Amino acid sequence: MQSSTKITSDIVSHIAALANIPVTEKESQTLADGFTKVLEVVDTLSTINVSGVDPVGQVTGLENVTREDEIHEERMFTQEEALRNAPRTHNGYFVVDQILDK
Amino acid sequence: MFNTLTVKEAIKKLKAKEISHQELYTDLAKHIASTNEKLNIYLSVDKQVEQKAEKLLDAPLAGIPIAVKDNFLTRELPTTAASNVLIGFMSPYESTVTKKIVAAGAAIIGKTNMDAWAHGSSTETSDFGPTKNPRNPEHLPGGSSGGSAAAVAADVCIGAIGSETAGSVRQPSSWCGVVGLKPTYGRVSRYGVVAMASSTDSPGPIGKTVEDTAILFESMAGRDEKDATTPNKEVPQLSKEIANGVKGIHIGICYTDHPEIGKQQVSQQILEAGKLFEKHGAHVSLVPISEKVEKGKIFTPDFAIGVYTVVQRGEVSSNLARYDGIRYGNDRSFFGAEARRRMMLGTFTLSKGYSEQYYNNAQKVRNLYLQNFQELFEAYDLLISPTTPSYAEKLGASFGSPMYGELEDMLLEPTSISGLPGISVPCFRDEKTNLFLGMNIVASWWQEEKMIQAAHLYEMETPWNTWRNKI
Repeated sequence: MQSSTKITSDIVSHIAALANIPVTEKESQTLADGFTKVLEVVDTLSTINVSGVDPVGQVTGLENVTREDEIHEERMFTQEEALRNAPRTHNGYFVVDQILDK
Repeated sequence: MFNTLTVKEAIKKLKAKEISHQELYTDLAKHIASTNEKLNIYLSVDKQVEQKAEKLLDAPLAGIPIAVKDNFLTRELPTTAASNVLIGFMSPYESTVTKKIVAAGAAIIGKTNMDAWAHGSSTETSDFGPTKNPRNPEHLPGGSSGGSAAAVAADVCIGAIGSETAGSVRQPSSWCGVVGLKPTYGRVSRYGVVAMASSTDSPGPIGKTVEDTAILFESMAGRDEKDATTPNKEVPQLSKEIANGVKGIHIGICYTDHPEIGKQQVSQQILEAGKLFEKHGAHVSLVPISEKVEKGKIFTPDFAIGVYTVVQRGEVSSNLARYDGIRYGNDRSFFGAEARRRMMLGTFTLSKGYSEQYYNNAQKVRNLYLQNFQELFEAYDLLISPTTPSYAEKLGASFGSPMYGELEDMLLEPTSISGLPGISVPCFRDEKTNLFLGMNIVASWWQEEKMIQAAHLYEMETPWNTWRNKI
């Protein structure tokens, strides 16, 4: 059995950035310890022989389900409905923070 | 007190005009007012529900009040998934399940508390505080559909809707001493359900009796063009076939020889249930547990925890990426501790360099479970096992355990990751604590009628689901 992956606070900071979740430095160590513990359980899976076994894609036999490429009007929102829950709007648009430098 | 009626009784009495909607809803409103502060079951209640219900008398469900878990999108009530991220959110569209049950004559009385984003088995991850177990308020109701199970147990609704990913309908039903039905994956549409782990999410009914869950199932199930994982299969009319019994069918007893589970009282109850089914003409045998996949044996549930953890976290990390605080909801700093943990772990196990080791490997082990069940269901019609290892735990039990839910759901996870249907029925009540144990009855894919027949027979022949609240 391969040894468990040890998650460090640096790894936590990296994945927090990838997942866009704000994490303080203090939290990152506690999170790292928790993840290491969870991965110890997950790592028991590496003791199982899965050679020749395919990864599961579906469990009920349905594959490649398609539908006609047509508009369903009942699923369309009006502009008002689409914007109703937005925290910031302007002239019928969503307002987003600038992410690129000028 | 008409709020103690079952779905079947309430429909009958309303249709026969023995009771009026006004009488039923007045009793309910009173009971909600006197219990909700203490038990924290409803996050929102529809004040106009009675007027809506009155118009539904001619529909099959006759305007009975149904509680709905707060992860089903509803246009007329807020949907929060018990998270601060969605405070104030009013969905611009309706989930297929709520649309269907209303079309069948259900009146949605309110939205129930749950683990935030359905992450957990306690309701303690709810940003709005835990629900308490109506059977014993010092204890947890289980989760994630804890509010819906508690609503049924506390008689603050006639029936309820929950959703299950690993054990989120059956585990709280077991802990609250009610009946929870988890349909085959794809039997009920996920459209408009706040997505958790899309490859296992399954909406399901919770009721006071097996028959109630059968009636509600019929109103929820069926092909939905808005959810590509729902096949075009005929929906079995479970309530019509409910009394068919178990004569001649093959039932396997599972997990009672597990080194830990076997020591628990619930295992004794499952063995007793086996004897009962045998008496009624079923062929009952023990399916031995095995550390590896072997013909005629059931693969240990121990590894399902690892599989589920990886698959669920992975799907959570992508499903919850949509909450950007731009189009709706608050920004990502509003996520609670459990959702943050799950998203980050999922991001890690799906990231470059780790996805083969974790995600793909877990999906391979998942296939072993799937193959194991395919083989077992060639020999058996039903598999029975404990729903949970033990009774409802005390409030606070989930804190500090990063895998709390997984341990509580370990006996349900193997079948959930395989998409199988199951039903939990009360199989014991402790007279001192008033807490319940549950039996899980699992059928092969799309064969819900078989498990309903066994569950109904068991319910009729045992005393466990006859106990009722004193009001």
